[in-house]
Amino acid sequence: MGRSLTGSRCQHCGTVAFPPARGCQKCGRSSSEEIALGARGTVWGYTVQRFAPKSPPYVVPAGGFVPFAVGYVELPEGVKVEAVLECTDFAELDSAAPVTLVATDPVPRFATEGALARGGVIW
Amino acid sequence: MSGVAIVGAGLSKFGRQPDKTGRELALEAIRAALADAGLAWTDVQVAFGGSDGSGLADTLVADLGLTGIPFTNVKNGCATGGSALMSAVNAIRAGAAEIALAVGFDKHPRGAFDPRPEDWGLPAAYGEAGLMVTTQFFGIKIARYAREHGISERTLALVAEKAYRNGALNPNAWRREPISADDIAAAEMVNDPLTRFMFCSPGEGGAAVVVASDTVAARLGRAVKLLGAATRTRRFGSFEVFSPSVQGTGRPSSVSADAAAAAFAAAGVGPDEVDVAQLQDTESGAEIMHLAECGFCKDGEQEAMIANGETEIGGRLPVNTDGGCIANGEPIGASGLRQVHEIVTQLRGEAGDRQVKDPRIGFTHVYGAPGISACTVLAV
Repeated sequence: MGRSLTGSRCQHCGTVAFPPARGCQKCGRSSSEEIALGARGTVWGYTVQRFAPKSPPYVVPAGGFVPFAVGYVELPEGVKVEAVLECTDFAELDSAAPVTLVATDPVPRFATEGALARGGVIW
Repeated sequence: MSGVAIVGAGLSKFGRQPDKTGRELALEAIRAALADAGLAWTDVQVAFGGSDGSGLADTLVADLGLTGIPFTNVKNGCATGGSALMSAVNAIRAGAAEIALAVGFDKHPRGAFDPRPEDWGLPAAYGEAGLMVTTQFFGIKIARYAREHGISERTLALVAEKAYRNGALNPNAWRREPISADDIAAAEMVNDPLTRFMFCSPGEGGAAVVVASDTVAARLGRAVKLLGAATRTRRFGSFEVFSPSVQGTGRPSSVSADAAAAAFAAAGVGPDEVDVAQLQDTESGAEIMHLAECGFCKDGEQEAMIANGETEIGGRLPVNTDGGCIANGEPIGASGLRQVHEIVTQLRGEAGDRQVKDPRIGFTHVYGAPGISACTVLAV
């Protein structure tokens, strides 16, 4: 079993949420079960963070700020999860690029095929 | 149920005013709105208002006069003004008052908003990772929309160019220097595809509106009819700022579409009958998407509409004739009522250099976090 994000599925209407829901946004019921979400998805939308966000709360990486991509990854369960996106070139993220979960903490992090092949990803 | 009319609208100056507090900007707006209506504070029978970060509206009575009226504080993000107005309108409709006031104001510090993850129900890690940045949401939403519906980066620049051009015609605007589309497009990128000049900035200002029953409005004159108004919160499947996920499949729902449709239904008119509109333009992409969400065009038609100048002051559907949020800045509590003020001014034919030719029906739309919208349909 590889790494995965923990979401929830409503036991009444089947709506999948991330993070796990306290109440279902669709039907309003509160009976849900935790599920492991699929680790592969496609980029639903993204932008590039070109400037260093305010610190605090932002923690600047040890090597200094470099622009990074942030967006939403559509998972097989239908839910789109906000994540930092690793890539070798931002253009890789266009056209529903396939991406793989590489970290769940502190926030979800997915990488493109190119970034995985480059091996620059810390597992 | 009585009809409702807007009998007065007033603004403070917008933009940086280091010597004034947010409350003082609210007082200026209220006094301007009352003077516009030919009324005194002692005529107001109920009031609603608020700011996002500049204090409680009900404390304004200390400077307005202690008349004992009910004054309810409203705090609804970017829809604070819209929600206050809706409450004032409902008070008139309910027969609880014949003259009601709505006020919104704010005075934000320089720079981007500084939201705390905990206030949004998110782990602190989202802030540490650099995801508590409001502008990211706008970049992601318009980037996806532009790819799906063929909106060019040039069109994003043209919307901002119009905002600064209209701001230059508006003596009350903050940004009054025209900026060319080329310079806007070449400015530093904030969140792709949006550059620095395509965004509004947190700002300062106050706005107030006086509404009255038809009976009172007939006596006062210069009234603008409120044909319809609606506020809505988001439905399932919407895509909003600071969302750790977007649930559901297919196209996200739009709270702006819901509020606009409800306001048009209440008014009994359609978007095609509107002569002048104010649409939330947090950044240029928002104005483009809100044109479609509010029913003024189909997705993708904005590219040709904007290239043809249809949203300019001389065009088929002038949008944000006062320069919108981009030229006036975003004092969160005030923006929704600034929009109403501009439409009232346009419908009365009092907009000076930026006057649209003989408008009969106007529309206002605000949208804000965490998925809230307020719309009005106004007419003379």
